[in-house]
Amino acid sequence: MNPAARDKAAGLRARFEAAGAVVIDPAILQSAEILLDLYGEDIRARAYVTADPARGELMLRPDFTVPVVQAHMQGGAEPARYTYSGEVFRRQEADPDRQSEYLQVGFEIFDRTDPAAADAEVFALFSDALAGLRLRPVTGDIGVLMAAVSGLDASAARRAALLRHLWRPRRFRALMDRFSGKTPPPASRAKLLKARDPFAGAAPLVGKRSQAEIASRIETLRTDADQPPLSREQVALVDAILAVRETMPFALARLRDIAVDMPALTPALDRIEARLSALSARGIDVDALDFEGSYGRTSMEYYDGFVFGFVCEARPDLPPMATGGRYDALTERLGAGQAIPAVGGVIRPDLILALEEPA
Amino acid sequence: MSVKLGVPSKGRLMEKTFDWFGARGVTLSRTGSDREYAGAVAGVDGVDLVLLSAGEIPRELASGRIHLGVTGTDLVREKLVQWDQKVEPLAELGFGHADLIVAVPAAWVDVDTLDDLDAAAAAFRARHGHRLRIATKYHRLVRDYLRDGGVADYRLVDSQGATEGTVANLTAEAIADITSTGETLRANHLKPLSDPPVLRSQATLFRSRRAPLSGDDRATLDALTRLLDL
Repeated sequence: MNPAARDKAAGLRARFEAAGAVVIDPAILQSAEILLDLYGEDIRARAYVTADPARGELMLRPDFTVPVVQAHMQGGAEPARYTYSGEVFRRQEADPDRQSEYLQVGFEIFDRTDPAAADAEVFALFSDALAGLRLRPVTGDIGVLMAAVSGLDASAARRAALLRHLWRPRRFRALMDRFSGKTPPPASRAKLLKARDPFAGAAPLVGKRSQAEIASRIETLRTDADQPPLSREQVALVDAILAVRETMPFALARLRDIAVDMPALTPALDRIEARLSALSARGIDVDALDFEGSYGRTSMEYYDGFVFGFVCEARPDLPPMATGGRYDALTERLGAGQAIPAVGGVIRPDLILALEEPA
Repeated sequence: MSVKLGVPSKGRLMEKTFDWFGARGVTLSRTGSDREYAGAVAGVDGVDLVLLSAGEIPRELASGRIHLGVTGTDLVREKLVQWDQKVEPLAELGFGHADLIVAVPAAWVDVDTLDDLDAAAAAFRARHGHRLRIATKYHRLVRDYLRDGGVADYRLVDSQGATEGTVANLTAEAIADITSTGETLRANHLKPLSDPPVLRSQATLFRSRRAPLSGDDRATLDALTRLLDL
């Protein structure tokens, strides 16, 4: 590990401490079960898995957010601000040239009182820490897309399916096409639903999935086949949200226009408006701050509200210098019934060094 | 120095490989006893035959210890990260055909596509409290395929053999494995999904992009590729 990156990390952590954060130092070895439960099988392609005879499958910490949330949910004071600095480990199957071990320095806020203020506090802190690097900040809000899906004129099952695949843009698109009738259901499904006895001539059942479960899915498919298609207008509204790319005030105005036809968006847009004021109050030039309707959709699966990143446009070969966002739902999943609004982000000191000392 | 050609060390794959080269005027043979993995090449000078397990050939090619090797596309894709930067396919040999497929119990009349599998997996997880398990030894290929197909709520369980039996043994709900005729699947009451397979594999002659070549080796390789009509 580059000692200069360590120094840089220590400096950033000190800055976050000065901003009121308590230092937290999660273990490098994390329970694989919790991470697998959250991220699914894909995490195995991205994280190093190892085994312990007593503790079972373990992973080398692929990020800090999960252990920090766990530590807080097990009895942290409230409200709380945390900072940390240390290695994360990522398998790079697709591209061995990318770093598989690098430092992250983070700052996280757990606070129920004023989410917009907490969003602005994290963003402004990062903006200050990265000042002078000529980075382009980008923001977004996963909550808008979630509100749009929840507000669709579609069955609860269809909305749940779309929400489940919100972070998989291609699958999400395929589902929208299916539900709107743009792609017809597969022939095999039509045949199955037409059959008087769908089980006639079926092979003997093997395995754990029972006949009742198969019958129940056929019932679900029947109900779904009777659903009216999602209207073209509603599909167009979702597309319009994903296509928003403006500075923050214009993006908000655009989204307000969309909300005329989709009132379910309004609470999420009110939150953006409150965030805009809070960012202004922190001295952020919101008129120059970009907002993208689809930002954060592919890579940051636990974010469910505000999302942000700081990218260097002069170095498209580098990943974002910093990323972060709001993850209220994650605290609920890891909190065994407890939940608390939370927002935070990480900076990569090694990338900052790469910018400061041009090769 | 010499050009090293890696060939599967036993079974039909070895015999068919010998036949393929033989038909093109390059005679490969095993020397010594049946148990000894040594071989000889006639018909072209400067080529050494290296008999290896088919599963080791991708790694040997990638490390550059052999210049040419015959193995299945499935093994190259599964074992080598960025395989196309490490080896180059020179010829498909027309045998050893096998598809890597995802199969589910044939009695799952409601599951025909990846889309169905995803929906079934979501319901299965809600009901049983664990993800739908798919037994395979091709972890990388299958994971990439299922990610592309938008399948969530599954988990891969490792199975290095008798994979078709895992469903009946209740250690997996579905499998992903190589099949050529589908006979074993049917015997175990399984059916492949109707989507295109994870991979269509066959025995293929690969060239290592990493193996060092002397001037003589280069001439030998040219002579051999001319002879094989590549």
